[in-house]
Amino acid sequence: MAEYQNIFTRIQVRGPIYAGTPLEGNAAYGRGGVPTFNHLFGRLGDAQVGPIYLGTIGLAALICGFVAFEIIGLNMWASVGWDPVQFVRQLPWLALEPPAPSYGLHFPPLAQGGWWLMAGFFLTVSIMLWWIRIYRRARALGLGTHTAWAFAAAIWLYLVLGFIRPLLMGSWAEAVPFGIFPHLDWTAAFSLRYGNLFYNPFHMLSIVFLYGSTLLFAMHAATILATSRFGAERELEQISDRGTAFERGGLFWRWTMGFCASAESIHRWAWWFAVLCPLTGGIGILLTGTVVDNWYLWGTHHGLVPSYPQTWGTVVDPATLPGAPK
Amino acid sequence: MAMLSFEGKYRVRGGTLVGGDLFDFWVGPFYVGFFGVTTIFFSLLGTALILYGAALGHVWNIWRINIAPPDISYGLGFAPIKDGGLWQAITICAIGAFSSWALRQVEISRKLGMGYHVPFAFSVAIFAYVALVVIRPVLMGAWGYGFPYGILSHLDWVSNTGYQYLHFHYNPAHMLAVSFFFTTTLALSLHGSLVLSAANPGPGEMMKTAEHENTFFRDIIGYSIGTLGIHRLGLFLALSAGFWSAVCIIISGPFWTAGWPAWWGWWLNLPIWK
Repeated sequence: MAEYQNIFTRIQVRGPIYAGTPLEGNAAYGRGGVPTFNHLFGRLGDAQVGPIYLGTIGLAALICGFVAFEIIGLNMWASVGWDPVQFVRQLPWLALEPPAPSYGLHFPPLAQGGWWLMAGFFLTVSIMLWWIRIYRRARALGLGTHTAWAFAAAIWLYLVLGFIRPLLMGSWAEAVPFGIFPHLDWTAAFSLRYGNLFYNPFHMLSIVFLYGSTLLFAMHAATILATSRFGAERELEQISDRGTAFERGGLFWRWTMGFCASAESIHRWAWWFAVLCPLTGGIGILLTGTVVDNWYLWGTHHGLVPSYPQTWGTVVDPATLPGAPK
Repeated sequence: MAMLSFEGKYRVRGGTLVGGDLFDFWVGPFYVGFFGVTTIFFSLLGTALILYGAALGHVWNIWRINIAPPDISYGLGFAPIKDGGLWQAITICAIGAFSSWALRQVEISRKLGMGYHVPFAFSVAIFAYVALVVIRPVLMGAWGYGFPYGILSHLDWVSNTGYQYLHFHYNPAHMLAVSFFFTTTLALSLHGSLVLSAANPGPGEMMKTAEHENTFFRDIIGYSIGTLGIHRLGLFLALSAGFWSAVCIIISGPFWTAGWPAWWGWWLNLPIWK
Protein backbone atom coordinates (compact mmCIF):
# COMPACT_ATOMS: atom_id res chain seq x y z
CA MET A 1 0.00 0.00 0.00
CA ALA A 2 2.75 2.41 0.94
CA GLU A 3 3.98 3.45 -2.48
CA TYR A 4 6.30 6.27 -3.47
CA GLN A 5 4.05 9.14 -4.59
CA ASN A 6 6.83 11.61 -5.54
CA ILE A 7 5.73 14.36 -3.13
CA PHE A 8 9.31 15.46 -2.44
CA THR A 9 12.78 14.68 -3.76
CA ARG A 10 14.50 12.02 -1.67
CA ILE A 11 17.94 12.05 -3.25
CA GLN A 12 19.29 15.31 -4.61
CA VAL A 13 21.83 15.15 -7.41
CA ARG A 14 24.22 18.11 -7.57
CA GLY A 15 25.43 18.93 -11.05
CA PRO A 16 27.32 22.09 -11.97
CA ILE A 17 25.50 25.44 -11.67
CA TYR A 18 23.57 26.18 -14.86
CA ALA A 19 24.31 29.69 -16.13
CA GLY A 20 21.17 29.85 -18.28
CA THR A 21 20.41 29.80 -21.99
CA PRO A 22 22.11 32.54 -24.00
CA LEU A 23 20.50 35.99 -24.25
CA GLU A 24 19.71 37.53 -27.63
CA GLY A 25 21.02 41.05 -28.23
CA ASN A 26 23.04 43.26 -25.90
CA ALA A 27 22.27 43.41 -22.18
CA ALA A 28 23.43 46.46 -20.22
CA TYR A 29 24.02 44.57 -16.97
CA GLY A 30 23.47 40.93 -17.85
CA ARG A 31 23.05 38.25 -15.25
CA GLY A 32 24.40 38.82 -11.77
CA GLY A 33 24.62 37.29 -8.33
CA VAL A 34 26.51 34.21 -7.18
CA PRO A 35 24.33 31.13 -7.78
CA THR A 36 24.11 28.65 -4.91
CA PHE A 37 22.28 25.45 -4.00
CA ASN A 38 19.64 25.37 -1.27
CA HIS A 39 18.90 21.94 0.17
CA LEU A 40 15.36 22.74 1.33
CA PHE A 41 14.40 24.18 -2.06
CA GLY A 42 15.79 20.99 -3.56
CA ARG A 43 13.35 18.91 -1.53
CA LEU A 44 10.42 20.44 -3.41
CA GLY A 45 11.87 21.69 -6.71
CA ASP A 46 15.14 22.90 -8.19
CA ALA A 47 17.91 23.46 -5.64
CA GLN A 48 19.69 26.14 -7.67
CA VAL A 49 19.13 29.75 -6.58
CA GLY A 50 20.31 32.45 -9.00
CA PRO A 51 21.71 33.95 -11.12
CA ILE A 52 19.28 36.83 -11.67
CA TYR A 53 19.00 39.32 -14.51
CA LEU A 54 18.65 42.76 -12.95
CA GLY A 55 18.96 45.19 -15.87
CA THR A 56 18.04 48.89 -15.98
CA ILE A 57 14.28 48.33 -16.09
CA GLY A 58 14.35 45.73 -13.34
CA LEU A 59 16.38 48.07 -11.15
CA ALA A 60 13.99 50.97 -11.85
CA ALA A 61 10.97 48.75 -11.06
CA LEU A 62 12.49 47.69 -7.74
CA ILE A 63 13.34 51.29 -6.81
CA CYS A 64 9.80 52.51 -7.62
CA GLY A 65 8.31 49.59 -5.70
CA PHE A 66 10.57 50.40 -2.74
CA VAL A 67 9.52 54.06 -2.82
CA ALA A 68 5.82 53.07 -2.76
CA PHE A 69 6.47 50.58 0.07
CA GLU A 70 8.30 53.26 2.08
CA ILE A 71 5.60 55.90 1.57
CA ILE A 72 2.96 53.44 2.76
CA GLY A 73 5.01 52.18 5.71
CA LEU A 74 6.17 55.61 6.90
CA ASN A 75 2.62 57.01 6.70
CA MET A 76 1.40 54.09 8.78
CA TRP A 77 4.19 54.66 11.28
CA ALA A 78 3.39 58.38 11.44
CA SER A 79 -0.26 57.54 12.12
CA VAL A 80 0.75 56.00 15.49
CA GLY A 81 2.97 58.95 16.44
CA TRP A 82 6.20 57.21 15.35
CA ASP A 83 5.86 54.72 18.21
CA PRO A 84 7.74 51.60 17.02
CA VAL A 85 5.90 49.26 19.43
CA GLN A 86 2.45 50.54 18.44
CA PHE A 87 3.49 50.38 14.78
CA VAL A 88 4.04 46.62 15.05
CA ARG A 89 1.06 46.11 17.38
CA GLN A 90 -1.44 47.93 15.19
CA LEU A 91 0.15 47.18 11.82
CA PRO A 92 -2.71 44.99 10.48
CA TRP A 93 -5.18 47.84 11.24
CA LEU A 94 -3.06 50.72 9.91
CA ALA A 95 -3.84 52.33 6.57
CA LEU A 96 -2.77 54.85 4.01
CA GLU A 97 -6.21 56.11 2.95
CA PRO A 98 -7.08 57.83 -0.35
CA PRO A 99 -8.23 61.50 -0.27
CA ALA A 100 -11.68 62.46 1.05
CA PRO A 101 -14.52 62.70 -1.53
CA SER A 102 -14.48 66.51 -1.26
CA TYR A 103 -11.17 66.59 -3.14
CA GLY A 104 -12.68 64.89 -6.17
CA LEU A 105 -9.89 64.23 -8.65
CA HIS A 106 -7.74 67.12 -7.41
CA PHE A 107 -4.36 66.78 -5.72
CA PRO A 108 -4.94 67.11 -1.97
CA PRO A 109 -2.37 68.13 0.69
CA LEU A 110 0.10 65.33 1.40
CA ALA A 111 -1.38 64.38 4.78
CA GLN A 112 -4.95 64.37 3.35
CA GLY A 113 -4.39 61.74 0.71
CA GLY A 114 -1.53 63.24 -1.29
CA TRP A 115 0.76 60.52 -0.01
CA TRP A 116 -1.81 57.95 -1.13
CA LEU A 117 -1.76 59.35 -4.67
CA MET A 118 2.04 59.36 -4.65
CA ALA A 119 2.29 55.78 -3.37
CA GLY A 120 -0.20 54.69 -6.02
CA PHE A 121 1.79 56.47 -8.70
CA PHE A 122 5.08 54.81 -7.78
CA LEU A 123 3.44 51.39 -7.34
CA THR A 124 1.82 51.72 -10.78
CA VAL A 125 5.11 52.77 -12.41
CA SER A 126 6.83 49.85 -10.69
CA ILE A 127 4.22 47.39 -11.97
CA MET A 128 4.37 48.79 -15.51
CA LEU A 129 8.16 48.53 -15.54
CA TRP A 130 7.88 44.97 -14.26
CA TRP A 131 5.52 44.21 -17.15
CA ILE A 132 8.09 45.59 -19.63
CA ARG A 133 10.75 43.50 -17.90
CA ILE A 134 8.71 40.30 -18.25
CA TYR A 135 8.00 41.05 -21.91
CA ARG A 136 11.65 41.80 -22.70
CA ARG A 137 13.10 38.86 -20.75
CA ALA A 138 10.79 36.52 -22.71
CA ARG A 139 11.87 38.06 -26.02
CA ALA A 140 15.57 37.95 -25.07
CA LEU A 141 15.28 34.20 -24.54
CA GLY A 142 13.29 33.66 -27.73
CA LEU A 143 10.14 32.74 -25.79
CA GLY A 144 6.53 33.74 -26.48
CA THR A 145 5.07 36.62 -24.47
CA HIS A 146 2.25 34.66 -22.79
CA THR A 147 3.42 35.54 -19.25
CA ALA A 148 3.37 39.27 -20.00
CA TRP A 149 -0.20 39.12 -21.34
CA ALA A 150 -1.40 37.08 -18.38
CA PHE A 151 0.20 39.69 -16.10
CA ALA A 152 -1.62 42.38 -18.12
CA ALA A 153 -4.95 40.82 -17.06
CA ALA A 154 -3.99 41.26 -13.40
CA ILE A 155 -2.84 44.85 -14.09
CA TRP A 156 -6.25 45.53 -15.64
CA LEU A 157 -8.00 44.63 -12.37
CA TYR A 158 -5.48 46.69 -10.38
CA LEU A 159 -5.99 49.74 -12.61
CA VAL A 160 -9.80 49.44 -12.52
CA LEU A 161 -9.78 49.40 -8.71
CA GLY A 162 -7.30 52.20 -8.14
CA PHE A 163 -7.48 54.38 -11.24
CA ILE A 164 -10.11 53.81 -13.97
CA ARG A 165 -13.19 53.47 -11.74
CA PRO A 166 -12.20 56.42 -9.48
CA LEU A 167 -11.75 58.48 -12.67
CA LEU A 168 -15.23 57.54 -13.91
CA MET A 169 -16.75 58.19 -10.48
CA GLY A 170 -14.93 61.54 -10.30
CA SER A 171 -13.20 60.96 -6.99
CA TRP A 172 -10.02 59.33 -5.71
CA ALA A 173 -11.98 58.49 -2.56
CA GLU A 174 -13.54 55.59 -4.49
CA ALA A 175 -10.19 53.77 -4.63
CA VAL A 176 -8.88 51.08 -2.29
CA PRO A 177 -6.78 52.09 0.75
CA PHE A 178 -3.35 50.53 1.37
CA GLY A 179 -3.42 48.35 4.48
CA ILE A 180 -4.15 44.77 5.52
CA PHE A 181 -7.49 45.00 7.36
CA PRO A 182 -8.42 48.37 5.77
CA HIS A 183 -8.52 46.87 2.26
CA LEU A 184 -10.77 44.09 3.60
CA ASP A 185 -13.03 46.73 5.18
CA TRP A 186 -13.13 48.52 1.83
CA THR A 187 -14.16 45.31 0.08
CA ALA A 188 -17.01 44.59 2.51
CA ALA A 189 -18.21 48.20 2.48
CA PHE A 190 -18.10 48.27 -1.34
CA SER A 191 -20.24 45.14 -1.56
CA LEU A 192 -22.79 46.50 0.96
CA ARG A 193 -22.92 49.94 -0.66
CA TYR A 194 -23.82 48.47 -4.05
CA GLY A 195 -26.42 45.94 -2.89
CA ASN A 196 -24.21 42.83 -2.43
CA LEU A 197 -21.65 42.00 -5.08
CA PHE A 198 -22.80 38.35 -5.09
CA TYR A 199 -25.62 39.48 -7.42
CA ASN A 200 -23.09 40.98 -9.85
CA PRO A 201 -22.83 38.50 -12.79
CA PHE A 202 -19.22 39.45 -13.52
CA HIS A 203 -18.34 38.86 -9.87
CA MET A 204 -19.97 35.43 -10.27
CA LEU A 205 -17.85 34.75 -13.36
CA SER A 206 -14.69 35.91 -11.61
CA ILE A 207 -15.34 33.55 -8.68
CA VAL A 208 -16.07 30.72 -11.11
CA PHE A 209 -12.70 31.26 -12.75
CA LEU A 210 -10.96 31.61 -9.37
CA TYR A 211 -12.37 28.30 -8.13
CA GLY A 212 -12.05 26.84 -11.63
CA SER A 213 -8.34 27.72 -11.70
CA THR A 214 -7.85 26.01 -8.34
CA LEU A 215 -9.74 22.95 -9.56
CA LEU A 216 -7.77 22.88 -12.82
CA PHE A 217 -4.42 23.20 -11.08
CA ALA A 218 -5.34 20.43 -8.63
CA MET A 219 -6.40 18.17 -11.52
CA HIS A 220 -3.38 19.00 -13.69
CA ALA A 221 -0.74 18.91 -10.95
CA ALA A 222 -2.14 15.69 -9.49
CA THR A 223 -2.18 14.05 -12.93
CA ILE A 224 1.43 15.05 -13.61
CA LEU A 225 2.64 13.86 -10.21
CA ALA A 226 0.68 10.60 -10.55
CA THR A 227 2.41 9.90 -13.88
CA SER A 228 5.81 11.36 -12.96
CA ARG A 229 7.31 7.86 -12.82
CA PHE A 230 6.83 7.91 -16.60
CA GLY A 231 8.40 11.38 -16.95
CA ALA A 232 5.18 13.42 -17.18
CA GLU A 233 6.88 16.57 -15.87
CA ARG A 234 8.82 16.81 -19.15
CA GLU A 235 5.83 18.59 -20.64
CA LEU A 236 7.55 20.22 -23.61
CA GLU A 237 8.82 16.83 -24.79
CA GLN A 238 5.31 15.44 -24.29
CA ILE A 239 3.90 18.30 -26.39
CA SER A 240 6.22 17.68 -29.34
CA ASP A 241 6.31 13.88 -28.99
CA ARG A 242 3.59 12.35 -26.82
CA GLY A 243 4.81 9.48 -24.63
CA THR A 244 3.22 6.97 -22.28
CA ALA A 245 3.09 9.52 -19.42
CA PHE A 246 0.58 11.76 -21.17
CA GLU A 247 -1.20 8.84 -22.80
CA ARG A 248 -1.95 7.50 -19.32
CA GLY A 249 -2.75 10.92 -17.87
CA GLY A 250 -5.07 11.67 -20.79
CA LEU A 251 -6.78 8.29 -20.61
CA PHE A 252 -7.30 8.76 -16.87
CA TRP A 253 -9.56 11.75 -17.55
CA ARG A 254 -11.12 10.21 -20.65
CA TRP A 255 -12.15 7.15 -18.64
CA THR A 256 -13.22 9.30 -15.68
CA MET A 257 -15.24 12.00 -17.42
CA GLY A 258 -15.23 11.15 -21.11
CA PHE A 259 -12.92 13.95 -22.15
CA CYS A 260 -9.26 14.85 -21.85
CA ALA A 261 -6.93 17.68 -22.80
CA SER A 262 -3.53 17.25 -24.48
CA ALA A 263 -0.12 18.15 -23.08
CA GLU A 264 -0.37 21.56 -24.75
CA SER A 265 -4.10 22.23 -24.50
CA ILE A 266 -4.24 21.71 -20.71
CA HIS A 267 -1.96 24.74 -20.44
CA ARG A 268 -4.28 26.74 -22.69
CA TRP A 269 -7.19 25.84 -20.36
CA ALA A 270 -4.98 26.90 -17.46
CA TRP A 271 -3.99 30.19 -19.07
CA TRP A 272 -7.56 31.19 -19.94
CA PHE A 273 -9.05 30.23 -16.59
CA ALA A 274 -6.39 32.17 -14.70
CA VAL A 275 -6.56 35.19 -17.04
CA LEU A 276 -10.37 35.37 -17.09
CA CYS A 277 -10.49 35.60 -13.28
CA PRO A 278 -9.12 39.18 -13.04
CA LEU A 279 -10.48 40.08 -16.49
CA THR A 280 -14.12 39.42 -15.57
CA GLY A 281 -13.54 40.70 -12.03
CA GLY A 282 -12.30 44.02 -13.40
CA ILE A 283 -15.41 44.34 -15.60
CA GLY A 284 -17.60 43.67 -12.56
CA ILE A 285 -15.88 46.39 -10.50
CA LEU A 286 -15.93 48.86 -13.39
CA LEU A 287 -19.72 48.50 -13.80
CA THR A 288 -20.37 48.95 -10.08
CA GLY A 289 -21.48 52.47 -9.22
CA THR A 290 -20.88 53.66 -12.77
CA VAL A 291 -23.58 51.65 -14.59
CA VAL A 292 -25.31 49.71 -11.81
CA ASP A 293 -26.03 51.27 -8.43
CA ASN A 294 -27.55 48.26 -6.65
CA TRP A 295 -26.83 44.70 -7.79
CA TYR A 296 -29.67 43.26 -5.72
CA LEU A 297 -32.22 45.49 -7.42
CA TRP A 298 -30.54 44.72 -10.74
CA GLY A 299 -30.99 41.03 -9.93
CA THR A 300 -34.68 41.38 -9.09
CA HIS A 301 -35.22 43.43 -12.25
CA HIS A 302 -33.69 40.68 -14.40
CA GLY A 303 -35.44 37.78 -12.67
CA LEU A 304 -32.26 36.59 -10.99
CA VAL A 305 -33.47 36.89 -7.40
CA PRO A 306 -36.88 36.99 -5.77
CA SER A 307 -37.86 40.22 -4.02
CA TYR A 308 -37.90 39.27 -0.38
CA PRO A 309 -40.92 40.09 1.83
CA GLN A 310 -40.79 43.42 3.67
CA THR A 311 -40.17 42.40 7.28
CA TRP A 312 -38.98 45.76 8.60
CA GLY A 313 -40.54 49.21 8.54
CA THR A 314 -39.71 51.65 5.76
CA VAL A 315 -36.20 53.04 6.24
CA VAL A 316 -35.39 56.58 5.13
CA ASP A 317 -32.18 56.86 3.14
CA PRO A 318 -29.91 58.96 5.42
CA ALA A 319 -28.35 60.59 2.37
CA THR A 320 -31.68 62.33 1.64
CA LEU A 321 -31.94 63.94 5.10
CA PRO A 322 -31.06 67.60 5.67
CA GLY A 323 -27.50 67.95 6.93
CA ALA A 324 -26.28 64.84 5.11
CA PRO A 325 -22.95 65.30 3.32
CA LYS A 326 -23.46 66.17 -0.32
CA MET B 1 -14.93 7.59 -31.40
CA ALA B 2 -14.91 5.20 -28.57
CA MET B 3 -11.17 4.63 -28.70
CA LEU B 4 -8.20 6.87 -29.33
CA SER B 5 -5.47 5.50 -31.61
CA PHE B 6 -3.27 4.52 -28.67
CA GLU B 7 -6.04 3.57 -26.29
CA GLY B 8 -6.40 -0.14 -27.05
CA LYS B 9 -3.17 -1.28 -25.42
CA TYR B 10 -4.12 0.44 -22.12
CA ARG B 11 -7.55 -1.19 -21.86
CA VAL B 12 -6.53 -4.15 -19.74
CA ARG B 13 -8.49 -5.99 -17.04
CA GLY B 14 -7.73 -5.69 -13.35
CA GLY B 15 -7.05 -2.99 -10.80
CA THR B 16 -10.58 -3.05 -9.40
CA LEU B 17 -11.14 -2.59 -5.67
CA VAL B 18 -14.42 -4.55 -5.46
CA GLY B 19 -16.49 -6.63 -7.83
CA GLY B 20 -13.59 -8.36 -9.57
CA ASP B 21 -14.27 -8.55 -13.31
CA LEU B 22 -18.02 -8.02 -12.94
CA PHE B 23 -18.12 -4.33 -13.86
CA ASP B 24 -14.63 -4.18 -15.40
CA PHE B 25 -15.64 -2.70 -18.77
CA TRP B 26 -16.05 0.57 -20.66
CA VAL B 27 -19.10 2.32 -22.12
CA GLY B 28 -17.90 4.56 -24.91
CA PRO B 29 -14.99 6.53 -23.43
CA PHE B 30 -16.20 5.98 -19.83
CA TYR B 31 -14.82 3.30 -17.52
CA VAL B 32 -17.63 1.70 -15.49
CA GLY B 33 -16.46 -0.47 -12.58
CA PHE B 34 -18.45 -1.11 -9.40
CA PHE B 35 -18.13 2.54 -8.39
CA GLY B 36 -19.31 3.70 -11.78
CA VAL B 37 -22.55 1.85 -11.09
CA THR B 38 -22.89 3.43 -7.63
CA THR B 39 -22.03 6.85 -9.09
CA ILE B 40 -24.82 6.50 -11.65
CA PHE B 41 -27.23 5.32 -8.95
CA PHE B 42 -26.56 8.19 -6.56
CA SER B 43 -26.33 10.91 -9.19
CA LEU B 44 -29.51 9.87 -11.03
CA LEU B 45 -31.44 9.54 -7.77
CA GLY B 46 -30.05 12.85 -6.49
CA THR B 47 -30.85 14.66 -9.75
CA ALA B 48 -34.36 13.24 -9.75
CA LEU B 49 -34.86 14.44 -6.18
CA ILE B 50 -33.58 17.90 -7.15
CA LEU B 51 -36.09 17.98 -10.01
CA TYR B 52 -38.84 16.87 -7.61
CA GLY B 53 -37.78 19.58 -5.18
CA ALA B 54 -37.82 22.14 -7.98
CA ALA B 55 -41.31 21.02 -8.97
CA LEU B 56 -42.47 21.54 -5.38
CA GLY B 57 -41.00 25.05 -5.36
CA HIS B 58 -43.31 26.56 -8.06
CA VAL B 59 -40.38 28.29 -9.77
CA TRP B 60 -38.55 26.92 -12.80
CA ASN B 61 -36.23 29.90 -13.19
CA ILE B 62 -32.82 28.16 -13.06
CA TRP B 63 -31.32 30.95 -10.92
CA ARG B 64 -34.09 30.79 -8.33
CA ILE B 65 -34.70 27.06 -7.87
CA ASN B 66 -34.06 26.37 -4.19
CA ILE B 67 -34.08 23.24 -2.06
CA ALA B 68 -33.68 24.34 1.54
CA PRO B 69 -32.42 22.26 4.48
CA PRO B 70 -34.88 21.49 7.31
CA ASP B 71 -35.84 24.09 9.87
CA ILE B 72 -33.51 24.37 12.87
CA SER B 73 -36.32 22.98 15.07
CA TYR B 74 -35.80 19.52 13.53
CA GLY B 75 -32.33 19.44 15.08
CA LEU B 76 -30.35 16.44 13.86
CA GLY B 77 -33.43 14.31 13.21
CA PHE B 78 -35.07 13.37 9.92
CA ALA B 79 -37.46 15.95 8.53
CA PRO B 80 -40.61 15.31 6.43
CA ILE B 81 -39.72 14.96 2.75
CA LYS B 82 -41.36 18.27 1.73
CA ASP B 83 -39.96 20.11 4.75
CA GLY B 84 -36.22 19.59 4.35
CA GLY B 85 -36.20 15.79 4.11
CA LEU B 86 -35.55 16.20 0.41
CA TRP B 87 -32.42 18.23 1.21
CA GLN B 88 -31.26 15.46 3.55
CA ALA B 89 -31.82 12.77 0.90
CA ILE B 90 -30.05 14.86 -1.76
CA THR B 91 -27.11 15.38 0.62
CA ILE B 92 -26.81 11.61 1.14
CA CYS B 93 -26.94 11.10 -2.64
CA ALA B 94 -24.30 13.80 -3.20
CA ILE B 95 -21.88 12.32 -0.66
CA GLY B 96 -22.52 8.85 -2.13
CA ALA B 97 -21.90 10.08 -5.68
CA PHE B 98 -18.77 12.08 -4.78
CA SER B 99 -17.26 9.19 -2.79
CA SER B 100 -18.07 6.73 -5.59
CA TRP B 101 -16.43 9.08 -8.08
CA ALA B 102 -13.26 9.25 -5.95
CA LEU B 103 -13.11 5.46 -5.58
CA ARG B 104 -13.67 5.05 -9.32
CA GLN B 105 -10.68 7.38 -9.82
CA VAL B 106 -8.67 5.04 -7.56
CA GLU B 107 -9.60 2.07 -9.76
CA ILE B 108 -8.68 3.95 -12.94
CA SER B 109 -5.37 5.05 -11.36
CA ARG B 110 -4.55 1.42 -10.52
CA LYS B 111 -5.47 0.32 -14.02
CA LEU B 112 -3.11 2.88 -15.57
CA GLY B 113 -0.23 2.37 -13.11
CA MET B 114 -0.63 5.89 -11.78
CA GLY B 115 -0.23 7.37 -8.29
CA TYR B 116 -3.28 8.24 -6.22
CA HIS B 117 -2.82 12.03 -6.36
CA VAL B 118 -6.06 12.77 -8.22
CA PRO B 119 -8.44 10.85 -5.93
CA PHE B 120 -6.57 12.26 -2.91
CA ALA B 121 -6.97 15.79 -4.26
CA PHE B 122 -10.66 15.19 -4.95
CA SER B 123 -11.05 13.92 -1.38
CA VAL B 124 -10.04 17.37 -0.13
CA ALA B 125 -12.89 18.91 -2.15
CA ILE B 126 -15.29 16.28 -0.77
CA PHE B 127 -14.04 17.12 2.73
CA ALA B 128 -14.84 20.81 2.14
CA TYR B 129 -18.38 19.89 1.02
CA VAL B 130 -18.89 17.50 3.96
CA ALA B 131 -17.59 20.20 6.32
CA LEU B 132 -20.40 22.50 5.11
CA VAL B 133 -23.33 20.08 5.12
CA VAL B 134 -22.40 17.48 7.78
CA ILE B 135 -19.54 18.41 10.14
CA ARG B 136 -20.63 21.98 10.95
CA PRO B 137 -24.39 21.17 11.14
CA VAL B 138 -23.64 18.24 13.50
CA LEU B 139 -21.42 20.46 15.67
CA MET B 140 -24.12 23.16 15.68
CA GLY B 141 -26.84 20.62 16.47
CA ALA B 142 -29.16 21.01 13.46
CA TRP B 143 -29.19 20.09 9.77
CA GLY B 144 -30.69 23.52 9.20
CA TYR B 145 -27.17 24.98 9.35
CA GLY B 146 -26.29 23.34 6.03
CA PHE B 147 -26.40 25.48 2.91
CA PRO B 148 -29.44 25.39 0.58
CA TYR B 149 -29.17 23.84 -2.89
CA GLY B 150 -29.81 26.58 -5.40
CA ILE B 151 -27.67 28.91 -7.52
CA LEU B 152 -28.67 32.23 -5.95
CA SER B 153 -29.91 30.77 -2.68
CA HIS B 154 -26.50 29.34 -1.78
CA LEU B 155 -24.98 32.78 -2.46
CA ASP B 156 -27.53 34.32 -0.07
CA TRP B 157 -26.56 31.68 2.50
CA VAL B 158 -22.87 32.56 2.16
CA SER B 159 -23.68 36.25 2.52
CA ASN B 160 -25.97 35.78 5.55
CA THR B 161 -23.67 33.33 7.30
CA GLY B 162 -20.73 35.67 6.75
CA TYR B 163 -22.52 38.69 8.22
CA GLN B 164 -23.63 36.64 11.26
CA TYR B 165 -19.96 36.93 12.22
CA LEU B 166 -20.00 40.68 11.37
CA HIS B 167 -17.16 40.59 8.87
CA PHE B 168 -15.99 37.22 7.60
CA HIS B 169 -12.79 38.61 6.02
CA TYR B 170 -11.36 38.81 9.55
CA ASN B 171 -11.66 35.01 9.98
CA PRO B 172 -7.97 33.95 9.97
CA ALA B 173 -8.69 30.63 8.22
CA HIS B 174 -10.77 32.48 5.61
CA MET B 175 -7.77 34.80 5.08
CA LEU B 176 -5.54 31.78 4.50
CA ALA B 177 -8.07 30.13 2.16
CA VAL B 178 -8.54 33.27 0.03
CA SER B 179 -4.77 33.83 -0.10
CA PHE B 180 -4.30 30.23 -1.28
CA PHE B 181 -7.04 30.63 -3.93
CA PHE B 182 -5.38 33.79 -5.29
CA THR B 183 -1.89 32.29 -5.11
CA THR B 184 -3.04 29.12 -6.88
CA THR B 185 -4.54 31.19 -9.69
CA LEU B 186 -1.34 33.24 -9.96
CA ALA B 187 0.80 30.10 -10.03
CA LEU B 188 -1.48 28.49 -12.61
CA SER B 189 -1.23 31.53 -14.88
CA LEU B 190 2.57 31.53 -14.53
CA HIS B 191 2.81 27.78 -15.24
CA GLY B 192 0.37 27.83 -18.17
CA SER B 193 2.07 30.91 -19.64
CA LEU B 194 5.55 29.47 -19.29
CA VAL B 195 4.75 26.19 -21.05
CA LEU B 196 2.80 27.95 -23.81
CA SER B 197 5.58 30.53 -24.31
CA ALA B 198 8.19 27.78 -24.68
CA ALA B 199 5.99 25.70 -26.99
CA ASN B 200 4.83 28.70 -29.07
CA PRO B 201 7.84 31.02 -29.33
CA GLY B 202 6.51 32.91 -32.35
CA PRO B 203 6.88 32.68 -36.12
CA GLY B 204 10.24 31.44 -37.38
CA GLU B 205 11.49 30.44 -33.91
CA MET B 206 12.43 26.92 -32.80
CA MET B 207 10.39 25.38 -30.01
CA LYS B 208 12.17 25.99 -26.70
CA THR B 209 13.21 23.67 -23.86
CA ALA B 210 12.86 23.33 -20.09
CA GLU B 211 16.28 25.03 -19.82
CA HIS B 212 14.72 28.15 -21.37
CA GLU B 213 11.82 27.92 -18.92
CA ASN B 214 14.20 27.74 -15.96
CA THR B 215 16.34 30.56 -17.32
CA PHE B 216 13.29 32.80 -17.80
CA PHE B 217 12.29 32.52 -14.15
CA ARG B 218 15.86 32.77 -12.86
CA ASP B 219 16.36 35.91 -14.95
CA ILE B 220 13.18 37.46 -13.56
CA ILE B 221 13.09 36.48 -9.87
CA GLY B 222 16.36 34.62 -9.36
CA TYR B 223 14.72 31.24 -8.84
CA SER B 224 12.99 28.59 -10.93
CA ILE B 225 11.21 25.80 -9.10
CA GLY B 226 11.52 23.47 -12.09
CA THR B 227 9.18 21.30 -14.12
CA LEU B 228 8.47 18.74 -11.39
CA GLY B 229 8.45 21.25 -8.53
CA ILE B 230 5.77 23.50 -10.05
CA HIS B 231 3.32 20.60 -10.02
CA ARG B 232 4.13 19.77 -6.39
CA LEU B 233 3.69 23.45 -5.51
CA GLY B 234 0.47 23.76 -7.54
CA LEU B 235 -1.09 20.72 -5.89
CA PHE B 236 -0.09 22.00 -2.44
CA LEU B 237 -1.54 25.47 -3.10
CA ALA B 238 -4.80 24.16 -4.56
CA LEU B 239 -5.39 21.63 -1.78
CA SER B 240 -4.50 24.21 0.88
CA ALA B 241 -7.20 26.50 -0.56
CA GLY B 242 -9.82 23.77 -0.17
CA PHE B 243 -8.57 22.63 3.23
CA TRP B 244 -8.55 26.10 4.83
CA SER B 245 -11.97 26.85 3.31
CA ALA B 246 -13.30 23.85 5.23
CA VAL B 247 -11.53 24.98 8.41
CA CYS B 248 -12.83 28.54 8.14
CA ILE B 249 -16.47 27.45 8.14
CA ILE B 250 -16.09 24.66 10.72
CA ILE B 251 -14.66 27.11 13.28
CA SER B 252 -17.43 29.70 12.60
CA GLY B 253 -20.13 28.85 15.13
CA PRO B 254 -18.87 25.69 16.79
CA PHE B 255 -15.65 27.33 18.02
CA TRP B 256 -16.19 31.09 17.65
CA THR B 257 -19.56 32.78 18.08
CA ALA B 258 -18.62 36.48 18.23
CA GLY B 259 -17.77 38.70 15.30
CA TRP B 260 -14.52 37.73 13.58
CA PRO B 261 -12.97 41.24 13.94
CA ALA B 262 -13.06 40.69 17.74
CA TRP B 263 -11.02 37.50 17.42
CA TRP B 264 -7.91 39.62 16.78
CA GLY B 265 -8.04 40.98 20.33
CA TRP B 266 -5.46 38.38 21.40
CA TRP B 267 -2.90 40.12 19.21
CA LEU B 268 -3.63 43.59 20.62
CA ASN B 269 -3.49 42.18 24.17
CA LEU B 270 -0.24 40.21 23.90
CA PRO B 271 1.75 40.54 27.15
CA ILE B 272 4.76 42.00 25.29
CA TRP B 273 2.99 45.33 24.75
CA LYS B 274 0.14 45.24 27.21
